[in-house]
Amino acid sequence: MIEVRQLHKSFGAQEVLEDISFRIENGESVAIIGRSGGGKSVLLKHLIGLLQPDSGEVLIDGENIVRMNERQLLRVRRKFGMVFQGAALFDSMTVAENVAFGLRRHVHLTEAEIARRVAKTLELVDLPGTENKNSAELSGGMRKRVGLARAIIYEPQIVLYDEPTTGLDPIVSDSIDHLILRVRDRLKVTTVVVTHDMRTARRVGQRVLMLHERKIYATGTADEFFASRDAVVRQFVDGVADAKEN
Amino acid sequence: MNPLANKRIHDTLTGLGQITLLARDTFASLCRFRVTWHDVLFQIYFIGVKSQTVVLITGAFTGMVLGAQTYFQFHKIKMDTASLAVVGVSMCSELGPVLTALMVAGRVGGAMAAEIGTMRVTEQIDALRALATHPVDYLVLPRLVASHIVMPLLTVEAVVVGIGAGYLVGVFLLGIDPTYLWYNMLHFTHDVDLMIGLIKAFIFGGIIALIGCYKGMTCGLGAQGVGRATMEAVVYSSISILITNFFLTLVMGKLVGQL
Repeated sequence: MIEVRQLHKSFGAQEVLEDISFRIENGESVAIIGRSGGGKSVLLKHLIGLLQPDSGEVLIDGENIVRMNERQLLRVRRKFGMVFQGAALFDSMTVAENVAFGLRRHVHLTEAEIARRVAKTLELVDLPGTENKNSAELSGGMRKRVGLARAIIYEPQIVLYDEPTTGLDPIVSDSIDHLILRVRDRLKVTTVVVTHDMRTARRVGQRVLMLHERKIYATGTADEFFASRDAVVRQFVDGVADAKEN
Repeated sequence: MNPLANKRIHDTLTGLGQITLLARDTFASLCRFRVTWHDVLFQIYFIGVKSQTVVLITGAFTGMVLGAQTYFQFHKIKMDTASLAVVGVSMCSELGPVLTALMVAGRVGGAMAAEIGTMRVTEQIDALRALATHPVDYLVLPRLVASHIVMPLLTVEAVVVGIGAGYLVGVFLLGIDPTYLWYNMLHFTHDVDLMIGLIKAFIFGGIIALIGCYKGMTCGLGAQGVGRATMEAVVYSSISILITNFFLTLVMGKLVGQL
């Protein structure tokens, strides 16, 4: 279970998150939406301890990770898998080396067993037979899939997705959405997706949280959220620009 | 005080503090046996084997120039055969370790900063952390261990090639008697000179790796940030090597004098 309590974060004089509180239950699938630059990715990085808040608490299975140092956080992070916006693949490694990275460092397995697990995970993300490709040769969609394979190979309890469909064409985006759902259902993981793609939010989010002006502005089930008549929510869902931005 | 000067002093002190903390974290990581020998071997290859050409050329030409210059001065007072002794002592205790370190700082320190800096701006370091891997264990420790191992070896290579090249120039170009030239070099160059050089090389190896890794891990965003980090890694490690060398020479000279 993930719980965030009264979290505040600033970068210099710029306040990014203000009094953020929410809770995500085990096995739940939550989409965090909001405008670009609105602090969604910053919030996601707080959940795994990649950023430390100015104040507030982040509890993972009841354990407050805010006071932990980097070494203590490593133990908590084994519960997580994270897919980064640009995939963040290790560019000096092949696909197989990228995917096997977590296994090699934390689990003692034979090379044959590692190869078997890598092949199985690549098949799960629809990339069978790509083990020996260099990560620099991959397209955007393939990079995201390899990033996902790397995140789930050691079967984490929680998977975080940072803008999983940004920069991808609608067809690839659609396949990534299906992949997120497949991983959620097969591995029974808690899923947190940060996105400004409404189609992705609607598909993968059993619950939707909307960040607006540094705070959680609205929350509800996907159906409630997309039926909302609130002007700010509607403007975002319908993708209508502010008058001053026209 | 001028606010700009204030900021520079503040930034310098902060940087020194952060490098000290990085050194502490790396030492703690070493004590926990977090080192992956496969990664260390790769770094030994990258830092050591790939630096062969530059170190050999530097050592050889330094030895040749020093041998020739010394001969031109010593010839005036009929001390031609002592020329190689000067080359031996200088190469072992000063020029060998310092020039090797400066060349490695330029080639490897900059590359370390650029590689780690690119990893930082493309979120690869965050990905490491998300995969429950401490960046110090994976990125800094192998480079530091490899650098400590490789620098003394490269220095020995530069010293040997430098003395050899000085000998060849003395004998074949300047016509110095080879037996006395070699005898005087052995007579005046002591084990302790080489030991001083090796200790310096070991310390310089740490300086190059720590500054290179630190600059990479704290680099600014974008291509400009990586470029700046690379440049600063080379400049700061070169300056640090020269300053540290002065103090090491003083301290070790005193210690040797007391022995």
